Amino acid sequence: MAGQAPAISLSSIDKRFGEVRANKDVNLTVARGSVHGIVGENGAGKSTLMSILYGFYEADRGEIRINGNLVRIRSPKEAIANGIGMVHQHFMLVEPLSVIENVMLGAEGGAMLAKGEAKMRAALAKLSADYGLAIDPDAIVGELPVGLQQRVEILKALVRGAEILILDEPTAVLTPDEAEQLFALLHALAGQGKTIVLITHKLHEIMAVTDHVSVMRRGEMVATLETAATSPAELADRMVGRHVLLDVSKGPAHPGAVRLTVENLVIRDAHGSLKVKNINFSLRAGEILGLAGVAGNGQSELLEALAGIIQPTLGRILLDGDDLALTAPTPADRRTHGVLHIPEDRQRMGLVSAFSAAESMILGFQSEVAFGSGPMLSTEAVRAHTETQMEAYDIRPRDPSLKTSKFSGGNQQKIVLAREIEHHPKVLLVGQPTRGVDVGAIEFIHKRLIALRDAGVAILLVSVELDEIMSLSDRIIVMCGGVITGERTPETTNDRDLGLLMAGVTERAA
Amino acid sequence: MEIYATLIAITESGLRLSVPLIFACLAGLWSERSGVVDIGLEGKMLAAAFAAAAAASATNSAVIGLAAGIIASVGFALIHGFAAISQRGNQIVSGVAINMLAAGLTALVGNAWYAQGGRTPPLEGDARFQPLTWPGAEIIDQIPVIGPLYAHILSGHSALAYCALIATILSGFVLARTRFGLRLRAVGENPAAVDTAGVSVTKLRYAAVIIAGVLCGFGGAYLSLGQAAGFLTNMTAGKGFIALAALIFAKWRAWPAFWTCLLFGLLDAVAIRLQGVVVPGIGQIPVQAIQALPYLMTVVLLAGFIGKAIPPKASGLPYVKER
Repeated sequence: MAGQAPAISLSSIDKRFGEVRANKDVNLTVARGSVHGIVGENGAGKSTLMSILYGFYEADRGEIRINGNLVRIRSPKEAIANGIGMVHQHFMLVEPLSVIENVMLGAEGGAMLAKGEAKMRAALAKLSADYGLAIDPDAIVGELPVGLQQRVEILKALVRGAEILILDEPTAVLTPDEAEQLFALLHALAGQGKTIVLITHKLHEIMAVTDHVSVMRRGEMVATLETAATSPAELADRMVGRHVLLDVSKGPAHPGAVRLTVENLVIRDAHGSLKVKNINFSLRAGEILGLAGVAGNGQSELLEALAGIIQPTLGRILLDGDDLALTAPTPADRRTHGVLHIPEDRQRMGLVSAFSAAESMILGFQSEVAFGSGPMLSTEAVRAHTETQMEAYDIRPRDPSLKTSKFSGGNQQKIVLAREIEHHPKVLLVGQPTRGVDVGAIEFIHKRLIALRDAGVAILLVSVELDEIMSLSDRIIVMCGGVITGERTPETTNDRDLGLLMAGVTERAA
Repeated sequence: MEIYATLIAITESGLRLSVPLIFACLAGLWSERSGVVDIGLEGKMLAAAFAAAAAASATNSAVIGLAAGIIASVGFALIHGFAAISQRGNQIVSGVAINMLAAGLTALVGNAWYAQGGRTPPLEGDARFQPLTWPGAEIIDQIPVIGPLYAHILSGHSALAYCALIATILSGFVLARTRFGLRLRAVGENPAAVDTAGVSVTKLRYAAVIIAGVLCGFGGAYLSLGQAAGFLTNMTAGKGFIALAALIFAKWRAWPAFWTCLLFGLLDAVAIRLQGVVVPGIGQIPVQAIQALPYLMTVVLLAGFIGKAIPPKASGLPYVKER
């Protein structure tokens, strides 16, 4: 294959949004038939670069060559015409429509649907046979499980004759099993000569599936390496630009008395469907209990019930033996009783993005004497408090009056963290603490949680990131379909075992 | 037999009353399925009714009147489209503005041109869409039971009424079976999916808004050239809003929209019929209570009988490319 032009060759790509240079003089070469990973922290410019390749944006400067030919890609339509397909992180699917309608959208093959539909069905059947991508073309997309929805996205690209397939964080919503299936598919596609570009922040995925990997940092392409010749630690260091500890170092836990007890908890959501089905567990002081599971299996409802945001249908939640439904029914009461909550979705529940950092820093605690007297808030006191916290938690930029939305994901999360931790939790409920948070801040957050554990706080950690669960937890419980499918310790389990429990397979579990 | 004759008369009148609702409801359907909320149906119909009557009175041609009505309505639709699609403005505000503008302008211009308190001069002959009598209607009418069905239900409506039926058939077909229909259904649910598939969201939404304008044009022209003989101030009398209720009731689908509008038209006809009637045991029902019937029905039915009506997911949301 010597002398063959690379499938993708980007040179000197520059893209500016206002003051921000999202891509600075970026070069990237991807060989045909290879799986190429792109890693980088949030805001490193990975997505911008791929959006330029897919025609969402046009680069201010730079050249794009596909198979050696200089092209201009000004719209997704032109990208598709150049054989580029993209699987977006947030699926570009129309949920009420059927699979076949979604696949046809934009490639209908004529003004009337009937004719193109017959052809499209044949094409789908052929792809299904070739790659084992079975799917019911008449199923309604919104009713399919996420793994199959992603399959529809991939089929959409393949049906349009994509030779280059870009996947943006494809495993974020998948179980480990589904992710493995996806990787097998990517290898099969690459074996057929298709070129795969994989954007991810999960380093072990890069190691498992790619041939080459490019690292981006602050809009620049800092390295392109052969995967076999690098390591997760090296990639992490290059992403952040300094040495990062990937593995959390922690001593053994010294669990104390039982703090939180959950008895026969049943939760129905607003539509009346059963989200949590009779679960029991207890949480001790000085331990981190990891709750693993694929998103949407009842963890969110459980967290909200523990925090007092929603009321359980049945069952009890006990804090130091007292029924919280009686002693502290509301979220505010729970806070005063020492049950503090770092919500899963900081944008929606943890912060008010239009507020200043100082205002976000006292949310929920605004009536405290320290922040003012009577109905009046003391701006100076709040500001001073925020400045102290910003120093302690290394929140950047250190500007209490800056709007919350202007902070990066990691710094927003640190605001929530600082606010809750500062109020001396007995029990800390933590939901997805590092979602959308960059590697450097993850390290910081993990260290803090370990320090709190060592100080005797009982921590419930809900996360969809298995790595996080494995490295932080002292005990692990797994939820699937609203029930606890198993309990493990990190020493006695592995990703595969947990993956089976997350998929609800309990009988094989040891 | 007298009851039967009454039923036929009510049905006939109900059909006539439902025609503008069907046009407006289909207009709303096109607009909202594309993701543009349209509470300006009322204003567009009113503008169309006025323009149609004015043009028909000037040219003595109903067809030219219809054309003028469509042009006026599409003009207003484009204003809404520009505000909602290109400028990404608030679609409710824009719709309200169109309603107010239409109500004010038609009254003002009508008064200035004709000085008859906002009315246009009465229309007759070719300036109106006269009822079409089907072959043999008068003779067949003599046949008991089925005769009146033919003569009064099938036959005897203006050409525009039959257009409402055709518009329903076309809307249902185009939405379900054509490329344009598929894209339109998709754009109201997830415009980003349409955009990434390489199809222009803006063009699709403008197309939908223009179709809504044309349909409102028909609806307005029917009011002033078919149902009445000229324009009266505020002659739409809330029909654009009832059509919106019907649209929810029909869950944004063409044929259910058609049947719902027929039902609302019939209720209206019943209400008119019941005015002044003394009901045994209750006495005379106040006119207002009867007039409120269709609205009450809407609330009751929407609250309990049709299940959850889920609007197109992206309706009301301007499309902004993310990232």
